[in-house]
Amino acid sequence: MKLELGFIQIQDIQFSKECKVENGTLFVNADEVMDFIFKDDDAKACIKSASFDIARPGESVRITPVKDVIEPRVKVDGPGGEFPGVIAKVDTVGSGKTHVLRGMAIVTAGKIVGFQEGIIDMTGPGADYTPFSKLLNLVLLCEPMEGVHQHEYEHAVRMAGLRAATFVGELGRDVTPDETREFETYGVKEGMEKLPDLPRVGYVHMLQSQGLLHDTYVYGVDAKKIISTLLNPTETMDGAIISGNCVSACDKNTTYHHQNNPVVADLFEQHGKTINYVCNIITNENVYLADKQRSSDWASKLARLLDLDGVVVSEEGFGNPDTDLIMNCKKTEQKGIRTVLITDEYAGQDGKSQSLADADALADAVVTGGNANQVVILPKLDKVIGMLDYVDKIAGGHAGSLRPDGSIEAELQVITGATNEMGFNRLSAR
Amino acid sequence: MVKEIERAGIPVVHMCTVTPISMTVGANRIVPTIAIPHPLGNPALAHEEEYALRKKLVARALEALTTEVEDQTIFEV
Amino acid sequence: MSYRVVHYINQFFANIGGEEMAHVPPELREGHVGPGLAFNQAWKGEAEVVQTIVCGDSYFAEHEKDAKAQVLEWVKAAKPDLFIAGPAFNAGRYGYACSNICQAVQDELGIPVLTGMYEENPGADLRTKVLIIATTNSAAGMRKAAPAMAKLAMKLMRGEEIGASCEDGYLPNGIRRNFFDKERGSKRAVDMLVAKLSGKPFTTEYPMPSFDRVAPNKAVKDLSKAIVALCTSGGIVPKGNPDHIESSNASHYGEYNIQGVERLTEETYETAHGGYDPVYANQDPNRVLPVDVLREFEREGKIGKLHDFFYTTVGNGTAVASSKKFAAEYAQKLLQANVSAVIMTST
Repeated sequence: MKLELGFIQIQDIQFSKECKVENGTLFVNADEVMDFIFKDDDAKACIKSASFDIARPGESVRITPVKDVIEPRVKVDGPGGEFPGVIAKVDTVGSGKTHVLRGMAIVTAGKIVGFQEGIIDMTGPGADYTPFSKLLNLVLLCEPMEGVHQHEYEHAVRMAGLRAATFVGELGRDVTPDETREFETYGVKEGMEKLPDLPRVGYVHMLQSQGLLHDTYVYGVDAKKIISTLLNPTETMDGAIISGNCVSACDKNTTYHHQNNPVVADLFEQHGKTINYVCNIITNENVYLADKQRSSDWASKLARLLDLDGVVVSEEGFGNPDTDLIMNCKKTEQKGIRTVLITDEYAGQDGKSQSLADADALADAVVTGGNANQVVILPKLDKVIGMLDYVDKIAGGHAGSLRPDGSIEAELQVITGATNEMGFNRLSAR
Repeated sequence: MVKEIERAGIPVVHMCTVTPISMTVGANRIVPTIAIPHPLGNPALAHEEEYALRKKLVARALEALTTEVEDQTIFEV
Repeated sequence: MSYRVVHYINQFFANIGGEEMAHVPPELREGHVGPGLAFNQAWKGEAEVVQTIVCGDSYFAEHEKDAKAQVLEWVKAAKPDLFIAGPAFNAGRYGYACSNICQAVQDELGIPVLTGMYEENPGADLRTKVLIIATTNSAAGMRKAAPAMAKLAMKLMRGEEIGASCEDGYLPNGIRRNFFDKERGSKRAVDMLVAKLSGKPFTTEYPMPSFDRVAPNKAVKDLSKAIVALCTSGGIVPKGNPDHIESSNASHYGEYNIQGVERLTEETYETAHGGYDPVYANQDPNRVLPVDVLREFEREGKIGKLHDFFYTTVGNGTAVASSKKFAAEYAQKLLQANVSAVIMTST
């Protein structure tokens, strides 16, 4: 399956009367985007009010509480559309051509669970830890209707973000991309014939699926209801997986992470050179032990069925998913499939504790996204998009996190994407 | 945590869903439970049924506490 | 004014002799001797070896108490900003002496210390106690070892925060420190996999820990006379979380009286845990902390008594060391209250 991505580099975002992308600037009429969002009945029913704001790299701006980050894209050629099974109709994506508005994102913000959302600082020490400080962010700030259930509201805001991204992405349809790249993996036999001497490598992609408000969706299917299955890497790159979760901000995969999965990108980088990148195996992290058992059985079974020589496994979240990670590792290694894990650590503020909830000697090749318990001090910034009401309660915060001078003392956990377990960042620990 | 209580000399039973973690960290008496968000319940059941289920699990835990073990033991329900 | 350093070396590096002279007792010399010159050069005047203590390796091993006492006395008198020992490379007794004398100076005099040796040197067993720069296994590695030691020594003297072990070149000491690597994590993972597949060496960024074990206690003989306590890591707290237990990486535990409480209700209890969907626990907290069932067993006489207090923490992202501390603390309280069995529930 071959996918062509055309990157349109966005250099600025401005509010305007009309909506268009011109010479690298995205002009948005906020009312038009809002109309499109509120055509959705759930948005009408659950979102009391919403507004847009723009945060640019280097500005003294703090966005919190952050729910999701989404890259606007549009399918210009080939089957399917953006976010199949969720926004577009179900159709297999991952082939044809997609235009990407690069260098920007839609960020959804506002209170949902309170303690499960994150912080994006556009400048200062906090900005070093989140990849989203480097993007032009069009922030969609939402407020819930009174009396709406948390999970209904989460759904409405999730859809609102995706709809905003779809609307904005559409503006790139007729724009000539600044750069175009092709990505292709082969069928099993085809790949063996084309790359006979290279080790066969797969990517075991673990999806957060701990339940209400901790979910991920694949072609619109709630990932906790899937049995581990196969995905072409280009499907992931083309919007097949979206985030619907509200877990600790530092190591939840936002939709942007899925669209730009760095493991997929770096495996493609080596594809045809040192490895034959065969496919992705998606699996979940459920709350029942039987599910953990079954899902890891299947992930390793599929890896063996495809005669993989090696896999990279990425985790999402921490705690009991550490067991899914270790189970996946043990089962693939025991089948002779060389395995590398990507995780992050909860080693305590002093760095002295055991980092993972589970362990096994077969996990001898581990990459870490850093210790999420490390304490950071985030100075007061001039402008807050959203509200600081939840900083004390946020996972990684504590009573008194928000200090009288407006600065925040909290663990890295609070920063969106800080210790990402797809290996999105350079942060590590020893 | 279970280990610290054990270390203090009090027999302890660990009721948890993810028994592999319990094994890794070194609990000695383990009773597997239903699911992470509701270890001792099941919202899908009627109230009486759910209570009966919880009673069965806790009774099993008490059994574990009165059973001599030499090594890490999972008391399946 | 420059920082003052006392340096510890063995008879060999002081040019006294090899194995045949390993019996010499400690000796104090002014200024630098042997490798101390390389430190001085690296410090460019900002710090200086003011005294060098020379001691035979066999002497230290056979008269450890006396040797330590003598060295401590001299170091105490010199009041240096830093005590540095070695590097010892793969010399076993020298390495043992270096890390042990460093530990003594650090613990008893409160002076920052640093040594250096090969990772398999027996002295490196103390890597979680004293900072040890990793060196090669022979003195041929001096050209690399001395500047690395000098650099970290300067950080210690200036009171700067030290970096991750791979950045500052010390043997991993059990304290995890964050740093920005050159490549992003996914690239490091793919590179590691390619190395693993081709049988080339690779280094895991997180070596798996080994967990200690505690032998099981004797079973409870007669539950009908026993006080049974409930504990949980599922974060059940009285409604409103009065003690502000954090939703993740909790800094304290809760101790709550349930005397007279027949069952936990939605109105009076909730969970503070941030790692799982709280809806079910909030609807019916007995799903995490089965007070209702234990009250029934208490009435039936199946258990003697449900303990009046329950202990609660949030297991979510909470450092193992903290949980250990909490549990060790409340286990003592349980002992004092004559609790004879504990049910611990986790989410």
